[in-house]
Amino acid sequence: MSPKTICLDKVDSIIDSVGNKQSNLIAILQHVQAEYNYLPSDALVRIGVKMGISPATVYGVATFYSQFSLEPKGKYQIKCCDGTACHVRGSNPVLNAIRVKLGLEDGKYSTKDGLFSIETVSCLGACGLAPVVVINDKVYPQMTPDKIKKTIDDIRNEEEGE
Amino acid sequence: MEPNELKIREKQAESAEKIAAQGTRVFVCAGTGCVANGSLEIIEKLKEAGINVQTIQEKKMTVVPTGCHGFCEKGALMVIPDLHFTYTKVKLSDVPEIIESIKTGVPVDRLLYVDPITNEKIAKNEEINFYAKQHRTSLCNCGHINPEDIDDAVAIREYEALEKVIRTMTPEEVVKEIMDSGLRGRGGGGFPTGRKWMFTQAAKSPTGKKYVVCNGDEGDPGAFMDRSVMEGDPHKLLEGMAIAGFAVGADEAYIYVRAEYPLAIKRLRIAIAQAEERNLLGKNILGTDFSFSIHIKEGAGAFVCGEETALIASIEGERGMPRPKPPFPANKGLFGMPTLINNVETLANVPLIMLNGASWFASMGTEKSKGTKTFALTGEVNNTGLIEVPMGTTLREVIFDIGGGIRNGKKFKAAQIGGPSGGCLTEKHLDLPLDYDSLIQAGAMIGSGGLVVMNEDTCIVDTAKFFMNFTQSESCGKCVPCREGTKNMLKILDNITKGKAKMEDLDLLQELARSIQAGSLCGLGKTAPNPVLSTLKYFYDEYVAHIKEKRCPAGVCSALRTITIDADKCKGCTKCARNCPAGAIKGEIRKAHEIDQAKCIKCGACISNCPFKAIKEA
Repeated sequence: MSPKTICLDKVDSIIDSVGNKQSNLIAILQHVQAEYNYLPSDALVRIGVKMGISPATVYGVATFYSQFSLEPKGKYQIKCCDGTACHVRGSNPVLNAIRVKLGLEDGKYSTKDGLFSIETVSCLGACGLAPVVVINDKVYPQMTPDKIKKTIDDIRNEEEGE
Repeated sequence: MEPNELKIREKQAESAEKIAAQGTRVFVCAGTGCVANGSLEIIEKLKEAGINVQTIQEKKMTVVPTGCHGFCEKGALMVIPDLHFTYTKVKLSDVPEIIESIKTGVPVDRLLYVDPITNEKIAKNEEINFYAKQHRTSLCNCGHINPEDIDDAVAIREYEALEKVIRTMTPEEVVKEIMDSGLRGRGGGGFPTGRKWMFTQAAKSPTGKKYVVCNGDEGDPGAFMDRSVMEGDPHKLLEGMAIAGFAVGADEAYIYVRAEYPLAIKRLRIAIAQAEERNLLGKNILGTDFSFSIHIKEGAGAFVCGEETALIASIEGERGMPRPKPPFPANKGLFGMPTLINNVETLANVPLIMLNGASWFASMGTEKSKGTKTFALTGEVNNTGLIEVPMGTTLREVIFDIGGGIRNGKKFKAAQIGGPSGGCLTEKHLDLPLDYDSLIQAGAMIGSGGLVVMNEDTCIVDTAKFFMNFTQSESCGKCVPCREGTKNMLKILDNITKGKAKMEDLDLLQELARSIQAGSLCGLGKTAPNPVLSTLKYFYDEYVAHIKEKRCPAGVCSALRTITIDADKCKGCTKCARNCPAGAIKGEIRKAHEIDQAKCIKCGACISNCPFKAIKEA
């Protein structure tokens, strides 16, 4: 999946609708990321210029918070919870199974075809269902290496079927 | 003013009427946990199937989506209070039988809760041990109201305390009431709430502006009480904030919610809009001079933002890095103005205190820790979920009575309390009363109330490493001892779990821990070494086993494991090779297989899959 062609007009209209104040910067970045699936560097510069703050400040904020990504994320964003409860109930084997299943080498977080990206999150607050995996916004409770492999297969099959 | 003269009385009567018109109410949990177990589809199907149904009580039925009931393990949960039915692990296919049970008044047997000890089936919610042994106050409405319908909130007297406060009390009286109640901050620090209010009330603002901020950045892994309140009973939080605003002289507030809680954000937005529509928030609340507006700020994933000055920086649109105190937020906080910051659970207790009185609240709990506390009970217990008990309840009651004991008949080893800032409690602490001061003495802390239970299969060093990995990656980098120290502590812990450490490293760990505690600005750094220090104190032998014997007693540390196939027992069924996630098992069909140790990730999938018990770990 190639990243969307960057039309910075969209960035401008996001800033206009959220409000041109530094206290809105995080909200603006969230909207921009929702639009482009990541934060393109051109967009960061544009935000800085338009809001009258230095691009370095914008970059600083964008890299501080784990929600923001400067790399394109996959169509299916897999969040593997590694909070305490999930960790104790075996989130590591689940994470390993996902990485192996997706063929991700060390240091890689998305598949070459752009279909999947993986990240670990520290707690999704669904500790009663540990270990938990979230794909896009759907929560998959009580995961095992086998169950998650099947889920990934199902998504792949569905994609290929289309 | 007489209680009957309150304007809210009229609204309460209207709301109660609307609710009575709903007939027999069927509560289905629509909290994050139960949604994951398909509750939204169940709600839709029940609504469809419930049209024109006449219940045994000769009423119509109404499906009510609620917030978290706390018993997430048993989701999807359904409660029909009028019929005294509690259904657990409900699936979409159960809907027709459920409808039938509502018509006939005979419960669906297989959906009833089975007590893990007596094996008895229990229909009444209040008789299930998990609930019966609790004392729910801040969570009292979660699961019993529709969080997206303000009528539900008003009918059970929410916003009554707010009107009572603004019409009949002075701000000083409100602060005194909170002081007298003995309420302490529920987010971790345990600072007396009344004193915080007093400081903010007394602070002079250069422009007259003051703010209230609700800290909903529940970042402790393993804690989800704030999520439950925001999702399940948002109006109670809004009411608590408005009372706080009146007390300290603020007319504007922010709720900082972590972005990982989309449902909480949605429900809060709905609740704010509905409250404004009914004039319970916004300009001139209930015709008085008091105005109060609440905004929502979404966090973006940074644990350190749970620290109040970092949270303020984040609301201002900056990197969430802590600022030195003093000045305290009470004097110079958000946008430089006096700011009151309280946690969600703290604020949720406020309306109840104002409604029932400080002495009611102070009658619960221990001498120095008043009221109740929620705990997110997770890990290796039978009943995981969210619970609320009076302060001073013992760990044993929580784990064995409410939690139903350890899963799969295993042995209790330790409980980790207070998240990455907390510590481990062991068997000898089982009769320790859970309150602020006892826990500090035991080298742990109540923190936000995350309580993760571990059994004999949990490696303590691995757990300490887990927390250190967390704090290390969440350290904002401002203070060198925290930034570099946590990295080095993590490195040492990693070496220990890989059998590469020396005994001297244990001394180094303690030395680093002391430096980080002394040299960090905020709570994150000051408490980051706690999990290591408390495990070193109580499980020293386990560290030594890793270092001297290169052995992980719990069999968790994978670098210290070798998995092999017994060639005599292996029948060559290929099942292990097919299930190996790393492709590390090779062999011909009907011939003994072998594990490539270089590829093996030691996950143990082969061991549990082998039908011939031919795979062993050494």
